[in-house]
Amino acid sequence: MFGMFKSRPQLSQAERFAQATQLQLTWWRFRKHRVAMVSGVIVALFYLVALSADFLATTDPHATDSRTSYIAPQPVHFFEDDGSFRPYVNGLKGVRDPKTFKIVYTPDPQRHVQVDFLAPGYPYTFLGISMTTHLFALRNPERGDGIFILGTDQLGRDIWSRLMVATRVSLTIGLVGVSISLFLGVLLGGVSAFYGGMVDTVIQRVIEVIRSMPTIPLWLGLAAALPNDWSVTQVYFSITVIISLLAWTDLARVVRGKFLALREEEFVMAAELAGASSGRIIFRHMLPSFLSHIIAAVSLALPAMIISETSLSFLGLGLRPPAISWGILLQDAQSIQSLALAPWLLSAAVPVILVILAFNFLGDGLRDAADPYG
Amino acid sequence: MITFIVRRLLLGLFTVWLISMLAFAIIQLPPGDFVDSYIANLAAGGAAVSADEANAMRKLYGMGQPIYVQYGKWIVRVVVGDFGESMEWRRPVSEVIGDRIWLTLLLSFAALLVTWGLALPIGIFSAVRQYSVADYIFTLVGFIGIAVPNFLLALIILYAAFRYLGLSVGGLFSAEYALAPWTWDKVKDLSWHLPLPAMILALSGTAQLIRIMRANLLDELRKPYVVTARAKGLSELRTVLKYPVRAALNPFASNIAYLFPYLVSGSIIISIVLGLPTVGPLLVRALIAQDVYLGGAIVLLLGVLTVIGTFISDLVLMWVDPRLRHQMD
Repeated sequence: MFGMFKSRPQLSQAERFAQATQLQLTWWRFRKHRVAMVSGVIVALFYLVALSADFLATTDPHATDSRTSYIAPQPVHFFEDDGSFRPYVNGLKGVRDPKTFKIVYTPDPQRHVQVDFLAPGYPYTFLGISMTTHLFALRNPERGDGIFILGTDQLGRDIWSRLMVATRVSLTIGLVGVSISLFLGVLLGGVSAFYGGMVDTVIQRVIEVIRSMPTIPLWLGLAAALPNDWSVTQVYFSITVIISLLAWTDLARVVRGKFLALREEEFVMAAELAGASSGRIIFRHMLPSFLSHIIAAVSLALPAMIISETSLSFLGLGLRPPAISWGILLQDAQSIQSLALAPWLLSAAVPVILVILAFNFLGDGLRDAADPYG
Repeated sequence: MITFIVRRLLLGLFTVWLISMLAFAIIQLPPGDFVDSYIANLAAGGAAVSADEANAMRKLYGMGQPIYVQYGKWIVRVVVGDFGESMEWRRPVSEVIGDRIWLTLLLSFAALLVTWGLALPIGIFSAVRQYSVADYIFTLVGFIGIAVPNFLLALIILYAAFRYLGLSVGGLFSAEYALAPWTWDKVKDLSWHLPLPAMILALSGTAQLIRIMRANLLDELRKPYVVTARAKGLSELRTVLKYPVRAALNPFASNIAYLFPYLVSGSIIISIVLGLPTVGPLLVRALIAQDVYLGGAIVLLLGVLTVIGTFISDLVLMWVDPRLRHQMD
């Protein structure tokens, strides 16, 4: 509204509205949706974490150490006893259990191990470059020392570091899976709407059949048939394909529905009368109108993908260790015995819930915004 | 309407056929010959199998013959109720599954009833009292229901009950009834244990249906005929229930057909977390141990029963909603 007071003649609100492209309109409407905007930022942050997972990790997520088994979450202290700013964590000390004579490792409040920012840690590769720099790392750690912000699991692996790497795996599985679903959905939904008749009937029946099957048993059955000797990468892609094979139907329905609705619009007829080829009509005139709908459908399909992978891995039939995903982390929390002993194992639930919630709000916002004239 | 029922029936049969192919694929996919692994398994347990016996078994399963012959033999035996032998349990698959399949259905059906029973009144209430405190609370619960996968919810409830109440909330029966034959007391015990898992299973579906119902009803309530009804002095309850609610039910109804498969699917995973004696834990164990006939049979049974359940819910909906009936003709 400040535009009115500027000296140069600006386009009026109505003129700008009339000139804006579909995507611009969608964006303007989307911006008004506060919760969706915040969710968008959260989703972006999650993908940032996924990108810089190794940088944010503090300890090698695969490194096991019997000393650090089931260490409770340890805070990072920012100030030394004298009040100076020198972040540290407590080192571990072994205490002999008086009853079992087993050595139990517990934090030693006397020993301060200093934490450095942007310090060298375990080596990793980032976009093909070998690196050792981490956001924070211990200075001169002794064996067994570590920054256990979220505690450790039974094998003494740092849960924070594993969570960072798991975020990358789980979020990219969602992306790859949605890409496959999107391809199948747009192709089959588009073909279904474009050709109609028999083709349409067959595709619609197939969609109905797939939707009326209970998915988890089928996923489990197919996932269990993957050979045991396959590498982590092979299993990763197979699981993604298995999940997306049953998940494209919603996208296909959205595409078909929109396509059919748009076909009746005046501007499509105008383009036809002007002699545009069907390729031009589809890609130049129709696609931009339902692009925003597809984006919304995708952002609603992503959390479903993430839940699917998490569920499969949680049941031990999805990704397999040494792969790390949210589902695999939650697998450790499956029994009440281990939960009672180490409730922090459940911490992987937090990002799962947060990211699904964020994607749902984002998708809702996008869906509302996708109808700029509505 | 008859054509619609026939079409549904044919589609259902087609789905069943497809599921049977998938189940057979699950049996066939793991490398190796089932008879060999079965005999190796027996030998590991100390039982000797003669070559003749092995050959007889091989013939029974149609090993070495083309794949469609094997499928044919399998499906013929399945139709008469013989699902083959479970490798891990060394008993017929049908015996191993036993009551579990019915308990799976019971759980899913209970969850379906909870979903319907909660989503409808809450959806109507949220729309009629839009932006009231209760509406916000239901919206919040709804979002939690959508965002928290049901197995996580089960885990969290399990942990919370243990940590703060000292209770173990798993299972469908108390310990003394778990292996007991069916009696009235056992049924009573079951009805006492069923609501919690049914509600956990129902939450996400309920949350989605509440949102659909609320949105649809809000659209209807803004229409002029509602104003007319109110102007003519109809009571508020009658104004809302007589037409807007019934009109708002349509998309609600079409979603329900997909709810049942979704619930059956979800029951697998929450059964594992809560230790429920359904086919869920059995299926996962069978698949991990490559106990192929057990795994295949469970996938097939779940698929077929889901198709039947969906077909029945279609019929019920048609009976309830006249528009659906006419739309189909």
